[in-house]
Amino acid sequence: MSTAPASAATWTRRHLLGLEELSAEEITAILDTAESFAEVSDRPRKKVPALQGKVVFNLFFENSTRTRTSFSLAAKRLSADVQDFSASTSSLSKGESFIDTARNIEAMGCDVMIVRHSISGAPHLLAKHVGSSVINAGDGAHEHPTQGLLDLLTIRRKKGRIEGLTVGLVGDIAHSRVARSNIWGLTKLGAKVILCGPPTLVPRSFEQLGCEVAYHLDDVLPRLDVINVLRIQAERQQRGLFPSVSEYFYFYGVTQQRILRSRPDVLLIAPGPINRGVELTPEVADGPHSAILDQVTNGLAVRMAVLYLVSGRASQGDRAD
Amino acid sequence: MSRAESRVCGPDVMEELLRLLARQIADGRMPHTRLCLIGIRTRGVPIAERLAALIGGDLPPVGAVDITLYRDDLGRQGHWPVLKGTDIPFEVDDAEVVLVDDVLHTGRTVRAAMNAVCDLGRPARVRLAVLIDRGGRELPIQADYSGKVFEVDSGDRIEVRLNPIDPVDEVVRVGLDSA
Repeated sequence: MSTAPASAATWTRRHLLGLEELSAEEITAILDTAESFAEVSDRPRKKVPALQGKVVFNLFFENSTRTRTSFSLAAKRLSADVQDFSASTSSLSKGESFIDTARNIEAMGCDVMIVRHSISGAPHLLAKHVGSSVINAGDGAHEHPTQGLLDLLTIRRKKGRIEGLTVGLVGDIAHSRVARSNIWGLTKLGAKVILCGPPTLVPRSFEQLGCEVAYHLDDVLPRLDVINVLRIQAERQQRGLFPSVSEYFYFYGVTQQRILRSRPDVLLIAPGPINRGVELTPEVADGPHSAILDQVTNGLAVRMAVLYLVSGRASQGDRAD
Repeated sequence: MSRAESRVCGPDVMEELLRLLARQIADGRMPHTRLCLIGIRTRGVPIAERLAALIGGDLPPVGAVDITLYRDDLGRQGHWPVLKGTDIPFEVDDAEVVLVDDVLHTGRTVRAAMNAVCDLGRPARVRLAVLIDRGGRELPIQADYSGKVFEVDSGDRIEVRLNPIDPVDEVVRVGLDSA
C-alpha cells in the first residue's frame, strides 16, 4: 500500500480534453495523484467517499466496452453516482442536437461528462456549452488522453522514469488517437518517440511533433526501452493501406524472435483490444516483458485521478477556463 | 492585523511529551495482540515513528494514513487538496491500532482517519494518541493517550513543528494580534 508523493497543486483545469494542452507539470500531477488511487484498488474494500453526491454521466456516441467500464468503475470507487448514456437509444436518433442532448443531461444534475465521439473535437465543443466538467474518452483520430496517461503511468511504474527513455509506437499511427496522446505525453515528459509502421500508416508529417519516423522495425528494435504496439484497425483495411495482414505481421508483428533481439529489459505495452497473431504473438502478449494487464489496472487509477481532479475544479461552478 | 506567535514548548519538553506518550501506549497495550502505529499525515507520521522507537522491544510497525478522500468538507474546497497517499505496509486485521496525530481539535480528522483505517480491515481495537489536545471538539471523540492538554481560543492555531519536516522541534501558538 505504498504511494508516491503527489504534486497535484499544479492542477487548475475543469476539463481533460487532451494531453496536447497540458504542461509536463500537469501531466505529472495526474500521474502522482493516480499513484494514490492505485493504493485504493489494492484494499479489501475498494471504495472511498471522495465524490459522494457527484453525478457522472458516460456519454458514449461510439462503441466502447473497456474504456466505459473502466470509467464507470473508477467513478463508483470514488462513490459517485454513475449513469450510462447510449446514443443509439437516445433522442439523438429523433433529430436532437449533440449540444441539446448534453444540456438535457446537465439539467439532471450532471457534474462530470465523459465523452466518446467519432468526430475529432466533439468534447471540446461540448466543453464550451456546458457547465459540467468534460473528460475526453476518445474523439475521432484526435486524442485519447486517459489511455495516454495510463500508458505513461505504466511506463513510469515499470521503468521508474520516463525522461530519457526511447519509446517505439508500432502500427497504425495515422488513424490512432492513442498514438497522438502518447506522442504529446511522452515528448513532454522527456522521452524520445520513434514511430514505426508501413509508410501508408506513418506519415512523415509526424516528424513535426518531435518524433522520429522509421519503416523497418528490425532496425530500431535494439534502441527501444518500450514497445507500444498499436492495433491494426481492421475497419481501415478496406482502403488497402497495406497488402495483407500476414505481410504486416511479417514486417511489424512483435514476435518472440524480435523480443530476443530487443533490449533485455524491454517493456511491451498495447492498448486493448489486442489482435493475437496480427500485431503480436500470444507468447509475447502473455510473456514476461508484457505489461498489458498492468495497463488495465493502471487505467482505473488514472481515471480515478482525473475524475477527482476535474471534480475539485468543477465545484467552483465556473464556465470559462 | 498580524499573526502573533508564542512558544508552548521547545525540544526538551517535546522529548518529555513523546516519552510520556510512549509510556502510556506501552502500559495500555492489549496483551497477546499485535500493536501497530498509524500516523495521520502529515505530522502524525514522524511522531508515530518516534513513539515506535521509544516503545522499543519488538518495534511496532508504523504506517501513514492520508485522510483527504474521507474529509467531510471536501466539496467545499475550491480545489481538491493534494493527495499524499496512504502507506500501511501491514495487516490491520485483529491488530491493536494506535492512531497518532500532532494536535486534536475538532475531531473531524480523527473520524476521517478511523473510517480510512476501517476500510483496510477490522482491527481488534483502535486507540488515539495525540501530542497536544487543544479542546474545541465538534464530534464526540477523545484521545486515549495525550502528551499535553490545554484549552485554546477557537481563533488561535496550535502548530507542532518536528524534525525532519521542520528545522526544530517545538509547539507554537499562533493567534491574530489586532494591535
